[in-house]
Amino acid sequence: MTPDFRIPLGDWVEVGLDWLTTSLEGFFALIRSILVGAYDGLEWLLAAPPYWAVIVVFAAIAWWASGWKLGVGTIVGFAVIVGVDQWSNAMDSLALVIIATVVAVAISVPLGIWAASSLRVSAIVRPIMDFMQTMPAMVYLIPALVMFRVGVVPGIVATIIFSMAPGVRLTELGIRGVDKEVVEAGHAFGSSPGRILRQIQLPLARPTIMAGVNQVIMLSLSMVVIAGMVGAGGLGGDVVASLSRIDAGLGFEAGIAVVILAIFLDRVTASFGKSKTRSSTKAA
Amino acid sequence: MSEATHNASHQESTTQDGTEAENALSVRNVYKVFGKRPAEVIKRLKSGKKRAELTALGTAAVIDASFDVKKGEIFVVMGLSGSGKSTLIRTLNGLWAPTQGSVVVGGTDISAISDKELRKVRQEKISMVFQHFALLPHRTVLENAAYALEIQGVAKAERTARAEKVLSMVGLGGWGEKYPSELSGGMQQRVGLARALCAETDILLMDEAFSALDPLIRREMQEQLVVLQAELGKTIVFITHDLNEAMFLGDRIAVMRDGEIVQIGTPDEILTNPANDYVAQFVQDVDRTRVLTAGVVMEPPLAVVTISGGPRNALRTMRDLQVSAAFVVDRRRKYQGIVRDRDVMAQVEKRATDLAAVVRNGIEPVSPETALNDLFGRAVESPIPLPVVDDDGRLVGALPRVTLLAALGNVPSTTGEFPVVEVAVAPIPEQMVTAALAQYEGVAK
Repeated sequence: MTPDFRIPLGDWVEVGLDWLTTSLEGFFALIRSILVGAYDGLEWLLAAPPYWAVIVVFAAIAWWASGWKLGVGTIVGFAVIVGVDQWSNAMDSLALVIIATVVAVAISVPLGIWAASSLRVSAIVRPIMDFMQTMPAMVYLIPALVMFRVGVVPGIVATIIFSMAPGVRLTELGIRGVDKEVVEAGHAFGSSPGRILRQIQLPLARPTIMAGVNQVIMLSLSMVVIAGMVGAGGLGGDVVASLSRIDAGLGFEAGIAVVILAIFLDRVTASFGKSKTRSSTKAA
Repeated sequence: MSEATHNASHQESTTQDGTEAENALSVRNVYKVFGKRPAEVIKRLKSGKKRAELTALGTAAVIDASFDVKKGEIFVVMGLSGSGKSTLIRTLNGLWAPTQGSVVVGGTDISAISDKELRKVRQEKISMVFQHFALLPHRTVLENAAYALEIQGVAKAERTARAEKVLSMVGLGGWGEKYPSELSGGMQQRVGLARALCAETDILLMDEAFSALDPLIRREMQEQLVVLQAELGKTIVFITHDLNEAMFLGDRIAVMRDGEIVQIGTPDEILTNPANDYVAQFVQDVDRTRVLTAGVVMEPPLAVVTISGGPRNALRTMRDLQVSAAFVVDRRRKYQGIVRDRDVMAQVEKRATDLAAVVRNGIEPVSPETALNDLFGRAVESPIPLPVVDDDGRLVGALPRVTLLAALGNVPSTTGEFPVVEVAVAPIPEQMVTAALAQYEGVAK
């Protein structure tokens, strides 16, 4: 029972994709080699040293960012990861998350700043972000696979696209939410727009922007598993493998490692948003 | 600039049309319209339409505003919320570009210059104090105070030194290392004021600067502002919705309503001669005692005797006016004191010709600039009207208690019906005075 009309959307997408992959082949190859290089380097940095050394470093970061409680919690958490034999996978996934987050933040924060400065940009960016965030994540994997071939790169690219939206939104929200009078004060004393952004808007919007970065990281982690489907390896690889083998034990072990990573990254980044400024309460 | 110059500009402002050179700010036919079709709105406003009829096309926040602010003047723009005063003040430093009209700041038409030049004007000529202080919460008080200097590119050591100086000037010496959130509202606004003063611009815009403060703190800040202004000679444009504040601070006041300036004048003019019912209604609630001065409400002194006229003339004058006391002046009309009818009569009866012997100096004369507020206590204590003398010591008026009351009630202050010297002590009956005079005259003959 096919309807009388059929929009050939799928055909268009495929044609478009073919055109992209052929005409921009060099560009995609460049991205691919950059991402592979970054990933390999970071993965080596995390996986090459003995695991206890890496755990000590993580614990130190947690302690510095938040306090001794999180430091101790970090040691216990990562010890569990080692204990369930997911250390190497966890480091692979962490490397992927870090790369994807750095790229996503590098794109989304400036985009958010731009959107905050102009209603028109905001009106264009917003639906695109809605689209990117609500489109089922796995759909990105297919074109990413076509463009970047099997491996970790399509996983990273899909993760970036999926996780960018809250970065853009919360940056825009944060900057728009900065007390108008304070921004006016900047103008009134003859400050340039760039300087106002640097000295007033970004510092005051920082808690909100950091909440956005935190969300980007969380979404990246949730994509890690899905990225496993295209051969990104890491914890995702084991989850996908456990699914195909109906191996609940392995699935759970990989899953608990994801949870521990998530808690660690969330607490550390959340405390970056809060600390340092002595008080960001609005003058009133 | 000295206090005297401040007062001088106060008086000139009503009579003299300022030339370009002595104006700090010049606003000509400024319109600011928000909305879809601003040009159309202005066109229709000019053809006589009301702003309320044009809301579909746009909102006219400021309609045809024109005024000059003289150097060293406190110019107050007063109006209720929605009257356009905040929009108007923002056109003065280009935070809003006027839809039409020109704003000239210190000789530069800021509606016709580039962004970069506009920033230069803001750095060098015109600074601003905000209603909610608008301090940078992530910076210390000192860094906030030095903010304008930082933008101007002043080296760190110098701007710290200058900011510390200004902070102690506004009474915040030693608070530099605190953060704004650790300060009370009044202190935060002192930081806001310090930041603006630190820029060393000639013009200071103050947007409802004291409205967010407690009444007591507000009063204190108002008084401090007047003192600072007298010391530094800044030109201040002050926005407020508080008429008492406007009257207290303003050398001149512009009253705004629905985007239009309905009256510009000195506090006295606004109070005693409101341009329309709206202004009249508005000034009804004002604390007149803070605004009106002795010079405005005083009555001509009728019971005046000259020292050279001698006791007989003095007694006759007092009898004719039915008063028990009179002011004594010398030939140049300089105030000498008062005389009582009983004392004068005693002199007459003694055949003495010297009036000076019975002149009393118990009542200190007041200056015409004194606010009524400061006169009530003295009027109560004084048995006779307060003498008003000018800077040269000449008697220019008298203030009976009833006049003070009339001024409070907004009854025309000079009715001519009040005896110029009211009597705390009843005058000596007329017949007795006449008899005394007759006796003297009889002897003289």
